[in-house]
Amino acid sequence: MSILLNKKTRLIVHGFTGAQGTFHAQQCLEYGSNIVGGVTPGKGGTEHLGRPVFDTARDAVKAVKANASLIFVPPPYAADSILEAADAGISVIICITEGIPVLDMVRVHKRLNALRAAGRGVTLVGPNCPGVITPGECKAGIMPGYIHKKGSVGVVSRSGTLTYEAVWQVTSQGLGQSTVVGIGGDPVQGLNFVDTLKLFQADAQTKAVIMIGEIGGSAEEDAAAYIKKQMTKPVFCFVAGKTAPPGRRMGHAGAIVEGNAGTHASKVEALKKAGATVVDNLSEIGAAVAKKLKGTNPKTKAARK
Amino acid sequence: MKLLEYEGKEIFERYGIPVLRRHGVIKIGDSTDKLDLQGQGPWIVKAQVLAGGRGKAGGVKLAKTAAEARDLAGKMLGMKMVTHQTQGRALTVEEVLVEDACPIAREIYISVVLDRKNARPAIIASAEGGMSIEELAHNHPEKIVRVAVDPEAGLLDYQARQLAFDLKIPQKNFRDFTCLAVNMVRVFMDMDANLVEINPLIISVDGKLIALDAKIVTDDNALFRHKDQAAKPDHEASEIEKEAKEIGINYIGLDGNIGCMVNGAGLAMATLDTVKMAGGDAANFLDVGGGANVDQVTKALQIILKDPKVKAVLVNIFGGIMKCDNIASGVVEASKKVHIKVPLIVRLEGTNVKEGKAILARSGLKLEQADSLWEAAQKAVAAAKR
Repeated sequence: MSILLNKKTRLIVHGFTGAQGTFHAQQCLEYGSNIVGGVTPGKGGTEHLGRPVFDTARDAVKAVKANASLIFVPPPYAADSILEAADAGISVIICITEGIPVLDMVRVHKRLNALRAAGRGVTLVGPNCPGVITPGECKAGIMPGYIHKKGSVGVVSRSGTLTYEAVWQVTSQGLGQSTVVGIGGDPVQGLNFVDTLKLFQADAQTKAVIMIGEIGGSAEEDAAAYIKKQMTKPVFCFVAGKTAPPGRRMGHAGAIVEGNAGTHASKVEALKKAGATVVDNLSEIGAAVAKKLKGTNPKTKAARK
Repeated sequence: MKLLEYEGKEIFERYGIPVLRRHGVIKIGDSTDKLDLQGQGPWIVKAQVLAGGRGKAGGVKLAKTAAEARDLAGKMLGMKMVTHQTQGRALTVEEVLVEDACPIAREIYISVVLDRKNARPAIIASAEGGMSIEELAHNHPEKIVRVAVDPEAGLLDYQARQLAFDLKIPQKNFRDFTCLAVNMVRVFMDMDANLVEINPLIISVDGKLIALDAKIVTDDNALFRHKDQAAKPDHEASEIEKEAKEIGINYIGLDGNIGCMVNGAGLAMATLDTVKMAGGDAANFLDVGGGANVDQVTKALQIILKDPKVKAVLVNIFGGIMKCDNIASGVVEASKKVHIKVPLIVRLEGTNVKEGKAILARSGLKLEQADSLWEAAQKAVAAAKR
């Protein structure tokens, strides 16, 4: 098993015919993802990358039974695409778009909650994230496929390239990943750390979890509380931004230390207290997981001397 | 983007939030004659900087005569200011505001913030204003009132009334206060703000409710629907930071001597952390972005090298959207345009890494390649010390 995506996932791409959508949909197809079509308003009835294009998500659900969405729509329109997918009955929505106004996401959050209250299961991943990949089965995102390998380590992260770094270390240790989830760097997002940890805890394939956090907000502290109470699988963490100056947004809209909230120290302390392994040096995270899962003798190439 | 006090107050006025009469803003180079000092005074002269704690740092002064106000304003321009919020750095006062002085009977704290955890706006208030909310939250958490706000309905009338009762607003100011609270939320929503803060909101000796200060922080991501705002200068950014922003590069200047070019904000932060761990200090945070091309990489390198502190440059790219061969070509191109006098350390991984490494090797450029972030950081720190 894995979480969120597998071989049976029927994926549609929003913003399918745009430059980004085309490039990444092509990469996902080459990886073997089951892309069943795309959505570009006004281009319904045409074909792109050998797949049908639909005017609306509703049409795609009706015609090709899509059950997951991958969104590449530009920031001013992306929140609307998330809601369109949700309304059409898509259950897993992955939004790659960076730069969506936070109040748009506040409104999306409210509407998705209303759908859930009405009994609809809908999961949003992102925005401003690299996507989700279940190695060997389905890649729905912009991550380079070849660094992944099927295995037992679940990875969840607020950052894109930092996720690749951790994944690559795990693969270089001869291990692999169950599912890798980029939850994104925005202040208001879909799936959070706790939601994802719950999924990994319940997933039989996942034996250990890598969680990559960063400064800003309280998602890591919330995760620590969950790990302490509910998590029986080992969790390995890195928190980026130890040396970031307070009050400045470090690239991600959500990566900012405001007053005394969201500091690196408070996150690391909470995670350590919860029993998670926190590495100071990112280059050591793969070796740390390998040591735990393989017992002894991890490859120490990347480790600190 | 953070707005200066007077910019915030201009917006408050449009929403009927009461502020004091302003007598002009002067910038460095302006004559103090530009100030329109009508009336009896006294006046308050206020440095327009993006940091709290101005009063203690000499950035807020009382003037009893018009001549004194002009004198104080002139002296305040160009002044270097260090407050508890500037992390030891000195801010230069580039603009000064003069407004009516107002004797204070009572101070209140009120702000509208984004409650990230619950994904909605929230009001945070306290019957005791004036001090920083962080201090208050730390020393007297029980004195802080929070109100959850619906993003579509705004602050409801009963919520505004409850808040007024909680803050013990006098009967005389009750109606003004509830209007103010509702309108602060409107400013927050209409402006796409991350923060709208009044500290302090005062009741004057003659019994009026007045916003004595104004702090508004807007969401950069929403600038596309606020053209007037987008056209205004970003007071927080340095010249290099503004230049970087114009070409779509996220750059933040830091104090160290190792220039960093990284793709992705998280990896960029982790690169700074790793450099520190290897015994060095980064000169900057720089995220070249996901879709950067040869031109952008060239400009990113040029920007890094503008900082005279830079003694070595570390390029750390994990290719996803960004392909390693593009980065490598950018580095080669840049080296043709800019004379790179400092050691260059490049670590490439990810999409098209083989092509990227080959381009660098073929180029004949004097640079060191590294296979891991840790190795790259160590090499950069060693190079900067040479």
